[in-house]
Amino acid sequence: MPAASSVEMRKVNKYYDKFQALKDIDLSIPPGKVTCLIGPSGSGKSTLLRCINFLEEYDSGEVRIDGQLIGYDAPNKKMSGRRLREMRRSIGMVFQQFNLWPHMTARENVAEGLIRVRRISKADADRRASEALAKVGLADKSASHPSRLSGGQQQRVAIARAIAMEPRLMLFDEPTSALDPELVGEVLSVMRTLAGEGMTMVVVTHEMGFAAHVADQVGFMEKGELVSVDSPDRILHHPEDPRIQSFLRTYHERNSF
Amino acid sequence: MFSLAVFFQSFGPLFWAARYTLLISVLGIGLGIVIGTLICAARLSPYPPLRRFAAIWVSFLRGVPLLVQLLVFYYALPVIGLDVPAMVAAVVTVGICASAYISEIWRGAIAALPKGQAEAAVAIGMTPVDVWTRVILPQAVTLSLPALINELILLVKASSLVSVVGILEITRASQAQAATTFRPLEVYIAAACIYLLINLCLAALGRYLEHRTAV
Repeated sequence: MPAASSVEMRKVNKYYDKFQALKDIDLSIPPGKVTCLIGPSGSGKSTLLRCINFLEEYDSGEVRIDGQLIGYDAPNKKMSGRRLREMRRSIGMVFQQFNLWPHMTARENVAEGLIRVRRISKADADRRASEALAKVGLADKSASHPSRLSGGQQQRVAIARAIAMEPRLMLFDEPTSALDPELVGEVLSVMRTLAGEGMTMVVVTHEMGFAAHVADQVGFMEKGELVSVDSPDRILHHPEDPRIQSFLRTYHERNSF
Repeated sequence: MFSLAVFFQSFGPLFWAARYTLLISVLGIGLGIVIGTLICAARLSPYPPLRRFAAIWVSFLRGVPLLVQLLVFYYALPVIGLDVPAMVAAVVTVGICASAYISEIWRGAIAALPKGQAEAAVAIGMTPVDVWTRVILPQAVTLSLPALINELILLVKASSLVSVVGILEITRASQAQAATTFRPLEVYIAAACIYLLINLCLAALGRYLEHRTAV
């Protein structure tokens, strides 16, 4: 596995017209660690995550990957497309809706980036794609189109597509939120394996169990603010901030029957 | 009385005329696809003047009947000193008219794709060209196939309008035939059969293509 990246966010702000989606975000993501972001929907978790690979353009502040500013060369001076693509190459992303390409098989989905972006020969890309699919337990599904796969399998293909690029950082945007409950486990277990290998991971999630057991640090967001970043135990079991307490209460109520 | 003999005899000349119908339709849709793709690209481009030009192009060509466009084009060209054969004028007019509809077909198909499709490609570092040629367009083409076949069938029928600039396609040939045989009913029913036959073939082609590209 290639070296793991670190991420530093300093005073990051993001606006949608008048609405401020991110307010002065300061966050350090250490290399090889798992950071989970929790909080109510609309609190800015996904926006924050998407600023890390500049899929969402932040308006001020800094996001640095291994010390390198992403998105801008200088304040108000956008980075060139080529430079940005180079940086994105080593940042894997997994989406809530999987976003597999339906006109390609599982293996083609995984090989596409290797061929187009990494410029690897078709034969090598196919071999690496098969390896990545085997790693997520889908060696037998490589010739299937996404429409033939369950949600859990599709999300695992999406993870294989990201890890085949040998990223140093992985971003997960609610990777299990679109899945039927019985399919959540298989995706989380792949993510757990990845975490065990020392991948830097940032995970926006509603899976408190995953956050509690796998995360090295948990950030709680509300209304565009990063309210608190601390150990999973401090955030999930002994929260001091009333906003976190209230969020967790709602969460427990919903999940008790 | 309906004369089967006249009915069947009409097919020979009308089939011969059908090659113009087909030629105009196929060249027309080909030209329409090329221009329509450019217009669609302009419509989706980040440059306001291009976008405005494309919007005007589409609304003008959709808003004026093809028959009027044909006549204007046909009589306007000599005025500006261009003496082109009627066939060229017809194909160009049909193609330009079709481009307006085709650009809207593309635009609709592209808009129908989930935003995440392109995002996934952008996130792994694909270039804009790759994002378009590998992810967006292949899906947009599949999505728009039914609408494109529909447009082609409409063009085959609309090609009857080019009879006004003197091209001896199916409709004009049947008019001539009707005038010489004095059996309009038999001749026009034969013409209808040929149009129907062509369009049934196109519909079958469409089903085949849709089946082949289905995932």
